[in-house]
Amino acid sequence: MRVALFITCVNDTLFPGTGRATVSILRRLGCEVDFPAAQTCCGQMHVNTGYPEEGVRLARRFTEVFRDYDAVVAPSGSCAAMVREQYPRLAGRGEEGFAQEVARVAPKVHELSEFLVDVLGVTDVGAYFPHRVAYHPTCHSLRGLGLGDRPLALLGNVRGLELLPLPGAEECCGFGGTFSVKNPEVSAAMCATKVGNVLETGAEVLCAADNSCLMHIGGMLGRRETGVRTMHLAEILARTEARA
Amino acid sequence: MSERATGAPAPRALPAEEGGGGRASVTFIGMPRSFRENAAEAVRNDQLGRNLRKATHTIRGKRARVVEELPDWAELREAGRAIKDHTLRHLDRYLLQLEEAVTRAGGHVHWAADAAEANRIVTGLVQATGESDVVKVKSMATQEIGLNEHLAAHGVTAYETDLAELIVQLGDDWPSHILVPAIHRNRAEIRRIFRDRMASWGRPAPEGLSDEPAALAEAARLHLRERFLSSKVAISGANFMVAETGTMVVVESEGNGRMCLTLPETLISVVGIEKVLPTWRDLEVFLQLLPRSSTGERMNPYTSMWTGAVEGQEFHLVLLDNGRTGVLADEVGRQALRCIRCSACLNVCPVYERAGGHAYGSVYPGPIGAILTPQLRGMGSELDNSLPYASSLCGACLEVCPVAIDIPEVLVELRARARHPRSERAAMRAAGWLLGDQARLARAQRLATRLRRLVPRRLPGPGSAWTDTRDLPEIPEESFRDWWKRS
Repeated sequence: MRVALFITCVNDTLFPGTGRATVSILRRLGCEVDFPAAQTCCGQMHVNTGYPEEGVRLARRFTEVFRDYDAVVAPSGSCAAMVREQYPRLAGRGEEGFAQEVARVAPKVHELSEFLVDVLGVTDVGAYFPHRVAYHPTCHSLRGLGLGDRPLALLGNVRGLELLPLPGAEECCGFGGTFSVKNPEVSAAMCATKVGNVLETGAEVLCAADNSCLMHIGGMLGRRETGVRTMHLAEILARTEARA
Repeated sequence: MSERATGAPAPRALPAEEGGGGRASVTFIGMPRSFRENAAEAVRNDQLGRNLRKATHTIRGKRARVVEELPDWAELREAGRAIKDHTLRHLDRYLLQLEEAVTRAGGHVHWAADAAEANRIVTGLVQATGESDVVKVKSMATQEIGLNEHLAAHGVTAYETDLAELIVQLGDDWPSHILVPAIHRNRAEIRRIFRDRMASWGRPAPEGLSDEPAALAEAARLHLRERFLSSKVAISGANFMVAETGTMVVVESEGNGRMCLTLPETLISVVGIEKVLPTWRDLEVFLQLLPRSSTGERMNPYTSMWTGAVEGQEFHLVLLDNGRTGVLADEVGRQALRCIRCSACLNVCPVYERAGGHAYGSVYPGPIGAILTPQLRGMGSELDNSLPYASSLCGACLEVCPVAIDIPEVLVELRARARHPRSERAAMRAAGWLLGDQARLARAQRLATRLRRLVPRRLPGPGSAWTDTRDLPEIPEESFRDWWKRS
């Protein structure tokens, strides 16, 4: 199967390891991966901060770049939710024909764990990661996309991995994009609760399907010198016994 | 005391010793502070944080349990949404039907375009009775228009009779939650308020009052009983109005509302026009949705219904617009009018839990307040302009809303209409330009890579909003797109 990787601007710029891991998993499972170089950003930051005109321009670009692929895989629940949930609402703001483009492209966009479980039908990707891991479901993955237990099913089949239940897992970490700098005090207070819950698990690694949330939680885990690492789901699933 | 055409009354000053549970110097309406500043102050208040966390998590858990036990909750919720949408689409017809039915049953119907008109009508009706005291059933609409303050300015004292509203009134405080207005207070604070303030409003608190909930409830019962038996005029809101029969519905937990609805000779109800339902069959849906969503009960203890004027009583219904027609005209924002004021969104909101209700500067706090207040009174003030940003868009509110109001969708829509700071506009334009072309993005990424060792641990200026509490991520040696090109 030929799939396009939508890396997302945050992963492209700050977390290229997540992109490399995603490519590695998809190739291991027999997919031919393409990276359309014209891609940039889904427009979520602009739309959710109140700048729909810029957001629609980026959305328009997204639909043009990915229109001819059978499937688009994004290692980000939040950006996948932006395309699938919010693009249809923006359709009225775009030029003529944009709504049709959205209807054509949006349903083909999958978050990584959705693609693995629903499209490829795989829950064991042959990974090996002998560490104690807690999983934070992230709001847009949990409530936006409805990923359910797909990521947990994937993690559950990773050899050597001990999955620890995270108290208050469904609660927001307080990132919220520009919310984290527009309301930094509340954002940090929410993050402190999340960090406390992570520490309570005794996990060595906090995992999620979104690097932006992990950047926020990890930023506080690091500042407080807790020693807990953050890792994107793809980076755990990419680890094999050979590479460990 | 000044008042505004819309929204609640001007802020009251509070003596310093009344601090404690978060009221201290928290501003309410009309103050030039943003949500961020109000919330930041609340975050620093440990006691407020503990009170709110305990209370919201308790109600949240109760709601989850009684909702899970209904196999048809999703269908009920969809029915609630559909009934409200249908009614709002034909609001003109149902309001006229309601007016006719109420009038036929001996009630008087008054139409109020805004807060000033509603206050004038109610004050005139009270003055016509010759009474200077009125008892009140817990009501959001009368708080929205600042009725108590308006009555006070005209020599009429309004006595709140809902236990939590009594605590708020005695404490010269502001409500901070729709269902539990004194949620920011714990029982030790309530004991102090009762002990110090009850005497100036009527029967004093018993000697040696403890902070046991039963003792506090008994003190309130004795205090209020005197008021019920002596008052000739009552003012209420309503949870629902049934158009086909003209029936008003008030649901409550304490029975104090029923005392007010039945004992006095004159009853005046101030109700938002969006509260109307076409038929009794529709009401059935909401009598299931509301108690489970709000108090986490299968059924609320008291449901009072009355149609027009009952024998020996005069009944006036004041139908309140106060910005609602404007909201109805808005294709995205109108879904906020489906709200049945259950508070489920407040109880699950992580932002409300940290910021507290006062930070929203409105009688409608929390997620629903963040979309309702800017629509009802506009986004002219700095506070109202900041409300659409009082959310991380986590979606917990939408998940629990019994009438499926997509609060995140409305928040995002309102953000597009908000005034944006100039520096932010410039930054967003620059980001849009950079992301508008892959070559520009790649060049910026390479520049960041070259400068990666120069990024300080703590940023100056606006960047400090992040780095005060969180480390920045390390900039990698190579972007993904450069790796892809190379490999």
